[in-house]
Amino acid sequence: MTDTIIDIDRVTKRYGSHTVLQDLCFSVRPGEKLALIGPSGSGKTTILRTLMTLETIESGTIRIDGEPLFQMERNGSLVPADEAHLHRMRTKIGMVFQLFNLFPHKCVLDNVTLAPMLTKGVRKADAERRAMELLDLVGLADKARAMPAQLSGGQKQRVAIARALALQPRIMLFDEVTSALDPELVEEVLSVMRMLGSTTDMTMLLVTHEMSFAHDFADRVLFFDRGRIVEEGPPDVLFTNPTHERTQAFLKKIIAAGQRI
Amino acid sequence: MADWAGYLGLMLDGALVTAKLTVLGCALALPAAFLAGLGRLSRFSAVRAVSVAYIEFFRGTSIFVQLFWAYFVLPLIGVTLTPLQAGVLALGLNVGAYGAEVVRAAVQSIGREQHEACVALNLTRWQSLRHVLLPQAAVVMVPTFCNNAIELLKATSVVSLISLSDLTFQAQVVRSQTGSTALPFLTVLVIYFAYASLISAGMKALERRMTRGLDGLRT
Repeated sequence: MTDTIIDIDRVTKRYGSHTVLQDLCFSVRPGEKLALIGPSGSGKTTILRTLMTLETIESGTIRIDGEPLFQMERNGSLVPADEAHLHRMRTKIGMVFQLFNLFPHKCVLDNVTLAPMLTKGVRKADAERRAMELLDLVGLADKARAMPAQLSGGQKQRVAIARALALQPRIMLFDEVTSALDPELVEEVLSVMRMLGSTTDMTMLLVTHEMSFAHDFADRVLFFDRGRIVEEGPPDVLFTNPTHERTQAFLKKIIAAGQRI
Repeated sequence: MADWAGYLGLMLDGALVTAKLTVLGCALALPAAFLAGLGRLSRFSAVRAVSVAYIEFFRGTSIFVQLFWAYFVLPLIGVTLTPLQAGVLALGLNVGAYGAEVVRAAVQSIGREQHEACVALNLTRWQSLRHVLLPQAAVVMVPTFCNNAIELLKATSVVSLISLSDLTFQAQVVRSQTGSTALPFLTVLVIYFAYASLISAGMKALERRMTRGLDGLRT
């Protein structure tokens, strides 16, 4: 069909009078690992949230697997998508949030089994079996009956990843998933992501401030500034030899703040 | 002294009626509160309008008037209720209106991140409410529901105005028949207090059970 799994075509998004995405254009190939970096407010989290249908856009088109996200075909023309269409599109996308967003009133296992049982009609026994496999994958099989409040930040985030994986999305979005963690807990989450990257063919988009991880992990890095992509390229090129001065200034600040690349 | 046994029996009958009114009134108020509270958050403006109208009307008018309407005015349109039924209806709908705002506020107090997690996991609106938002909101509702229940208990005395023999009514009967004021009203005070304490204790136990595991300590 198409050789791109995500197509962002001249997307503009505004919050009131503030334009947060300006005529944004980029594409993602299936299985690609993309890192989105840039200063805060540059729009990189917004584009991720928009892909997850948590935000709407003012103009432009977003296509997932060739199909428009916010529009649908009706009698040969495109009309605004209804909830059924959005529901169908969302099955392809999963998201992990900076603040984990686990369900505090459910144990770890129930957090992971809830969505497959409700949205895909999976039977409880099957859902629990699959959930235990995923928890094992992220190294938390022994915490299946624990409540989220009993877990550390790194453990909560790994549960959140398992929960998103339970729906078998083709695209996984990671929104600054280690930014809220104590430094010593960051690595356990990054290693799960590394494992996912090397053992699956999922398309992964991550907004991150972990530059050395982005450098090692990503196929391509996009530098965002003020709602536009200023520069993009393979990590080797972008991190060591950025052409744009805004990229250079940003990377200089990051290195000065102590991040090794 | 045998008289007192009889008078006490009278007041206990009244206490039973008060208990019935309270329990049945709460049984009506709870679904009314959820329907109207969630109705206020509906996508459909018609549902929101009806919910707001119900809440504003029953909060904005006095329970006496609502009770008189239920007992004296409804028969004029063919709906005849016993004093007990009228009492339960007025009390239930009145406290239900206050409860509706408790429900609405509790659901809205659940952080946006929970809604977003539900969207990311592709749950429908109803699934999100039922499995994620309402269970968390319910914990927040319990303390105020306890207040509402106690208010309902105290408001039951209004039914004495339609000659329903609740505790307050019987106390007044005893007073008029014995001329003694202190003893019947002291008894009434104790019984209302006992009922209120029962409600508080029950709500406290409920709250404790519902928050199990949420603070990471007790499971």
